[in-house]
Amino acid sequence: MNKIKFKNFATTNEAIVAYTIVVLCLLIGFANPAFFSFSTVITLSRAMLITLIFAALEMVIIISGGIDVSFPAIACISAYSTIKLILKFDIDSIAFFYIFASAIGLCFGAINAYLIAKRNISPLIATLGVSSIANGATLAFLGTKEFSNIPDHIDSLSRSYLFSFTNSAGIKYQMTTLILIPIVLLIVFFIVLKFTTFGRGIYAIGGDENAARIAGFNVVRIKSFLYMFSGVLAAIGGVTYTILMRQSSPQNLMGAEMMVIAAVVVGGTRITGGHGTVLGTVLGVLLIAIVQNNLVMVGIPTSYQTFVVGLIIVMGTGITSIRSKHIANSAKI
Amino acid sequence: MAEELIRLEKIKKYFNGVKALKGVDLTINKGEIHCLAGENGCGKSTLIKVISGAHEPTDGKIYFCNKEKTHLSPIDSIHMGVQVIYQDFAVFPNLSVAENIAMNKNLVENNKKMNWKKARELSIKALDMVGAKIDPDILVERLSISNKQMVAISRALINDAKVLILDEPTTALTAREVNLLNETLRKLKEKGMAIVIVNHKLDEIYDIADRLTILRNGQNVATGLIEEFDRKRFVNCMTGREIVDEIYQPVTSDQEICKVSNLGLTGYFQNVDFSLYKGDVLGITGLLGSGRGEIGDALFGINPATEGTISINGEDRKINSISDAVKYGIGYVPEDRLTQGLFLTRSISDNTVAASLSEYMENGKLNRNKIDRVTAKWIEDIGCVAASTEIPIKTLSGGNAQKMVIAKWLNTHPKLLILNGPTVGVDIGSKFDIHKILHELAATGVGVIIITDDLSELYYNCNKLIIMSNGESSGVLQMKDYTESEISEMIKNATKDLK
Repeated sequence: MNKIKFKNFATTNEAIVAYTIVVLCLLIGFANPAFFSFSTVITLSRAMLITLIFAALEMVIIISGGIDVSFPAIACISAYSTIKLILKFDIDSIAFFYIFASAIGLCFGAINAYLIAKRNISPLIATLGVSSIANGATLAFLGTKEFSNIPDHIDSLSRSYLFSFTNSAGIKYQMTTLILIPIVLLIVFFIVLKFTTFGRGIYAIGGDENAARIAGFNVVRIKSFLYMFSGVLAAIGGVTYTILMRQSSPQNLMGAEMMVIAAVVVGGTRITGGHGTVLGTVLGVLLIAIVQNNLVMVGIPTSYQTFVVGLIIVMGTGITSIRSKHIANSAKI
Repeated sequence: MAEELIRLEKIKKYFNGVKALKGVDLTINKGEIHCLAGENGCGKSTLIKVISGAHEPTDGKIYFCNKEKTHLSPIDSIHMGVQVIYQDFAVFPNLSVAENIAMNKNLVENNKKMNWKKARELSIKALDMVGAKIDPDILVERLSISNKQMVAISRALINDAKVLILDEPTTALTAREVNLLNETLRKLKEKGMAIVIVNHKLDEIYDIADRLTILRNGQNVATGLIEEFDRKRFVNCMTGREIVDEIYQPVTSDQEICKVSNLGLTGYFQNVDFSLYKGDVLGITGLLGSGRGEIGDALFGINPATEGTISINGEDRKINSISDAVKYGIGYVPEDRLTQGLFLTRSISDNTVAASLSEYMENGKLNRNKIDRVTAKWIEDIGCVAASTEIPIKTLSGGNAQKMVIAKWLNTHPKLLILNGPTVGVDIGSKFDIHKILHELAATGVGVIIITDDLSELYYNCNKLIIMSNGESSGVLQMKDYTESEISEMIKNATKDLK
């Protein structure tokens, strides 16, 4: 039995992504031993931090059979408008920053929820529209000025570290405290998705919405909650990004959706809904982060990164879809 | 005396003035298999939805165990032990068998937590009750239709079902799977469960039913023990008209329509020979995967044959694609009309001219008037019941929709018409009409090939028969040389050695 279970795991999407990561790491490490150091872990964590938050929300939405391309715009408008308010009235509070931005994110999430869950508009179209509204509103009503004068108390969070470490060359590496946000989030997601009826309901809706309704799930309520929560998480991601980068601009996250969706799908979440795991998503984000940050160590110029990322997306999603086609066509039991 | 579980009295249900049910009575007893029969649109589905609490009746009384229930909601109905298994089973393909089975119970009991160990134990217990051998950890998307159904039944049992209602459970099953299902249902009956089956296939009803209720136009026509119904009364009650199956007596001539020799498709079938003369109706049968459907696909160019020759009206034709087949006058009514035969959301007229659209092009424009005229004529000629030519074709019943699929091909004036499962999911009245159309076609000189596993359809409508087994043809048999039971025996023998 254990042997079968191991064999099953060895051929899962997660395992395939894990193999790819190991091979990639070995290749990079072989060409440049500097890769195998603790500093890589710290820089990679920092690079993955924001993507992980977005990937977590996108994964849950895709599992439920939907898609959300509005989160970068929601992240931008909630963080940018809140920082403007903070600067104008001199409110130097981290809690205010997070809570107020989350409230704005919730409003936009509610629009998504209304359009998708209540009015049954295709999620891609609805979130595309909301994305335009949010982004357009930012540019039209809030301006295009970038702020780098983040108030001291809020800014201090960007200089708060869990631990630090100095390498042999004397360079100091520090792990930001903000990494706790995606870690806590992912652990909560893992538990909710795996061990609660609500979480299993998300998978059920992604598998067959009508069957879920007949089984007794309140499909409209669950979907509404997901899109509203997605709005809140987008805002949290936007605020965290602002603190981490120590500046706020109205547009800096726009375009992030493609890479996030790619990471989620490469991690084994099926774009058609119903399948996906937290572990797979983390691995998908990790794989793309390594390519974006470390490929340069083996002498591949940065200009090739997009090309390689594209290649990984095509291969990763190709394998997933070939596998699901294979299952669909294989002899039934 | 049988113990009564559910009694419906004078149930009426109106939708915006449309009377779907006009005072129906139904009694369901413990430990019986009760068949609910009737043609499409007779109100069977509405009646089920009244029992399951999905529809509140406009008028009438519902008794559960002799207690009257008003304002029955779906969850009330589940608590009373009513479980409905819909045609699509409402299972989750992306979840494991165990989870599918345990999911409903979890919801009914309002558990907030997902207990995987308990789910697995529950599912093993439920699968045991049904007698199905399925690995509980496997994903449902990997199961066959018959096993998906077993999962749906197991799920119903785990919710303490007292009454199990199955909506057309055999539509997508093979004959062997139907037997398996019947065995399971008999086992459950012996344990005291009441089982209601919605069906309109005569043979299957005779196989399994203890009692029978027949509905027509939202009214009870007859109810009673199955022994009280002979075939003639049964059909009469269902359709409201006298239908006698007559064996097809072709007037054949020596005018050859189509000759196929040595046809083969690597990996599927080989050495298929037959010729069709004016008036002939050829039946091709065999198990799924025996090559019966693939012959149709090959003749129509979906999967072109790799060897052999096809001649139509005496001329050799190479058929390498569907457009070749259409060019040479071949029409194909596919097995699954919903996904392959119809544009569901488009109007009847759009569907009718879909295969002959170029005939309606005039100066780069479609002549809508001509299309509507032709469609109206077909609706009348083929006996389709439709309110107008412009309503979406998905609003038609199975039988009427299938007639329009046939009309679509007849509108191309085919020389050869191949029908794969022409009467699957079609009610008896329409089935009779379709057979009549096919006979008339054959008489006018169109070659007709029927691919089906419905024995009586073969026996009463074809004068030539090919039985496929493992891709091998039996050769052309003359139907008049055999009796129905001999044919049945031959088909059984041909399919016995498989698995």
